[in-house]
Amino acid sequence: MTDGTEHELILKVENLTVDIPVAAGMLHPVQAVSFEVRRGETLCIVGESGCGKSLTSLSIMNLLPSTAIRTATHLALDGEELQNVSENRMADIRGDKMAMIFQEPMTSLNPSYTIGNQLEEALLRHRKVSKSEARDRAVYLLEKVGITAARSRLTQYPHQLSGGLRQRVMIAMALMCGPEMIIADEPTTALDVTIQAQILHLLADLQKEFNMGMILITHDLGVVSRIADRVAVMYAGQVVETGTAKQVFENPTHPYTQGLLECIPIPGKTERGAHLGSIPGIVPSLVGDLPGCHFADRCRYAADRCRTGEITLRDSFDPGHVYRCVLQPDECAAHLKKGAA
Amino acid sequence: MAPQESTPIAQPAGLPTAEEIMEPSPMAQMRKRVFGHYGIIIGGSTLLLIVLVAIFAPLLAPFDPILDQDLADKLKPPFWHDSPKYDPAHPLGTDLQGRDYLTRLMYGAQISLLIGFSAMLISLVIGTTLGVAAGYFGGRVDIIITFIITTRLSMPVVLVALAVVSLIGSSLWIVIGVLGLLIWDQFAVVMRSATMQIRNLDYVAAARACGCSTFHIVAKEIMPNVVNHLIVVATLEMAHAILLEAALSFLGLGVQPPTPSWGLMISEAKGMMFFDAWLIGIPGAALFALILSINLLGDGVRDVTAPENRN
Amino acid sequence: MLIYFLKRLGVAVLVALTVSVLTFSLIYLSGDPAMALAGEEATEADIALIRRVYGYDQPIIVQYWDWLTRALQGDLGRSHYLKEDIADVIFTRLPNTLILAACAITFALVLAIPLGVAAAIRPNSLIDRFALTVAVVGQALPSFWFALILIFFLGIQLRWLPITGTDSWMNFIMPAIALGYYVTPGVMRLTRAGMLEVLQSDYIRTAKAKGLRPIRVLFKHALRNAIIPVVSLAAVQFGFMLGGSIVIETIFSINGLGFLAWETIQRADLPMMQAIVLVFSIFYIVITFLADLLNAYLDPRIRIS
Repeated sequence: MTDGTEHELILKVENLTVDIPVAAGMLHPVQAVSFEVRRGETLCIVGESGCGKSLTSLSIMNLLPSTAIRTATHLALDGEELQNVSENRMADIRGDKMAMIFQEPMTSLNPSYTIGNQLEEALLRHRKVSKSEARDRAVYLLEKVGITAARSRLTQYPHQLSGGLRQRVMIAMALMCGPEMIIADEPTTALDVTIQAQILHLLADLQKEFNMGMILITHDLGVVSRIADRVAVMYAGQVVETGTAKQVFENPTHPYTQGLLECIPIPGKTERGAHLGSIPGIVPSLVGDLPGCHFADRCRYAADRCRTGEITLRDSFDPGHVYRCVLQPDECAAHLKKGAA
Repeated sequence: MAPQESTPIAQPAGLPTAEEIMEPSPMAQMRKRVFGHYGIIIGGSTLLLIVLVAIFAPLLAPFDPILDQDLADKLKPPFWHDSPKYDPAHPLGTDLQGRDYLTRLMYGAQISLLIGFSAMLISLVIGTTLGVAAGYFGGRVDIIITFIITTRLSMPVVLVALAVVSLIGSSLWIVIGVLGLLIWDQFAVVMRSATMQIRNLDYVAAARACGCSTFHIVAKEIMPNVVNHLIVVATLEMAHAILLEAALSFLGLGVQPPTPSWGLMISEAKGMMFFDAWLIGIPGAALFALILSINLLGDGVRDVTAPENRN
Repeated sequence: MLIYFLKRLGVAVLVALTVSVLTFSLIYLSGDPAMALAGEEATEADIALIRRVYGYDQPIIVQYWDWLTRALQGDLGRSHYLKEDIADVIFTRLPNTLILAACAITFALVLAIPLGVAAAIRPNSLIDRFALTVAVVGQALPSFWFALILIFFLGIQLRWLPITGTDSWMNFIMPAIALGYYVTPGVMRLTRAGMLEVLQSDYIRTAKAKGLRPIRVLFKHALRNAIIPVVSLAAVQFGFMLGGSIVIETIFSINGLGFLAWETIQRADLPMMQAIVLVFSIFYIVITFLADLLNAYLDPRIRIS
């Protein structure tokens, strides 16, 4: 690890695959995805809409739609293999050791119950505590997530709160049992731009304070560069590049990662008036088998060898930094320099 | 240097062409859905059969439904009764007046369909006008029309229909008129909400921005998009009207004897239930089959025209 | 909440007043009510007398005002046929209809809601198909025919249940089924559709992500929200049942308001007919008003705004 300390492994995901039977055949939205999350560490999963980020997180929580089929060689939380545990055991884990924050704060709270009821419920489900203890914990966490007059908020209903406040409530709810692992699935997409930054900083602070492992799913690379320890770039159901944030941002190796980074202006780096990049084409259909590199059709370096067989992950410049491309790391880097020139 | 807004995106090699992506045409898909839908097949063919029987009743029926009565022939049992009284000339037996039950059943289909369809048509015109107006104009118009709908709903149809018919006298056309004037509420409610949804869509706003007349917008932009709801409600209300006519006739305040109405046939046979239950069974089953087929068709139309709403 | 309550109350009163106007004008449908009342053999003098005694010579506005003010004081006039106070007659008949309607709606809801929930939990399963069949068949059964079938099998063939009258609670079983089953399909479908929609909502996913047990997710989080539109529908259906009670009470000879309505219509007893239409409508207005209040209680978005 870059900071030299080896943290305790919390979540280990290896070859996680999700298949969904649809009318046109079998959909493969998540294909052999592997990553690890350590205590006190944030993994950012980045990619375009429809690349399988959300399904990856839902499959870890075992909250996939009932038709979806999940397989993996490893899916372990804190050393406990989750693949074949009973639904009862999984329900015990959800909200306790591992919690999740969703994309849509406006609709993620039940309109018929008070904030207090929904917060307390999370703790009462997993701990033998009294109602008043649960309420105190709820107030403590509401204050933690920056909600003023926390105690009086408990009797309010979701529709009385703004989107930003609701997302803060959702964060507090996820923290009720003091989870070891927290998964945030695009927690700011539905919010105003001014509030997005506040919520993300809040999440990053809480993650450090409570020393949790965190997966943050986002398509906002600006966010990633600021709070990620590790980054996994997903494209069309596959992880195409993963490494520490530093590795991926300083030496983006996969052409897709390079393309993504060209799409965002970087203060001090991007010249004023320069054209921002764009990646032509659309994400391919994931129904049925797709041979070769999934990105080939949109890649500026694509050659015939990209379109057959399976392209596997290979090491980039540094250990721990891997990518999925037929080109050598230095070839990629050379291309990048050429493109930038 | 001229600012270059965007570079043309070339078709990347290897992407599927338009023809490959293209699904079957909408009409082909619709055909597939229609003919793959059990409800539509069963409901549609049963309804078609009943309609054909009703239309060709004068040709198909072995007797006259009213004139051919012979008290000596009364209460002949139907063919499934293994009885020496069975007369092959009357496969479904005869009623209390000795009239051929099959004949009356066939002519009864005419009455049910005529009343159901006509009453539905009247209520369709009233309800759609009110509903679309409320949904399109909103505001005060909506408040007033919603009030009218609420008032209408608060008066029980059966009771009001019975009272009105008893006061102004009963005939086929009065029953049609009274029912038509009473059962428009569903049309109004559904059309109101459907119109409201569509009115706020961008393409209606675009039509308005182009200066299209209200009539043009309602006729060209709104109606085509609510017509599937209209068909569904129309089938349900037609079934509703048929059931109401049968109930009114059963109570003696609908179609008057000797007209062969199924409700009336059941009413006339009520006293014979102990011994000749088939007298009630046959017209009731016909009524059930007719309503069932119309409802199945209506449900099917809803499924087929809005597949995203299924389940 | 108070504003919502007052608004709804205002609408309910306005609807009731409109209904009373419509009801009042009912008697003029047949032309001259005095002539209708006097019968065919009456002389001009008789008719003139009746007109004066019953106030039919007054301007219509005055007549309506008289009728309304008296009705508000609980005086619905005297029955032409029974020669009794209408309000008294209605009150003695009311309990039977209320019992019948309560049994019928209970039967309908107890059948429809669990079936709808079960169908929504497993779409396209056997139970879903069964529920759909119940709905489709139920919607197509003419209630009076169904009532006769019940009588034939349960009453005549099997002799399990009494056919007519109101002597014991057994008498109410068949009428309640015959009246209630017609409500079942609508309530069942709405429960199923509501549950399906709610079960796919984000807050159900949140509840699952908290680790709540399926039963708790289903009943605390899903049903509570899915039931809200069902309450309104059940109230409207209750109104339909009042209309249906005319047919059912007539068939089963239950001495309630529905039977009274039918008798009254047969006898062309105009003041009684007015009173019954008014009472039925007021009933419906009260029930839907209560349903709105119940909805406001169930849905905080209405209650607190």
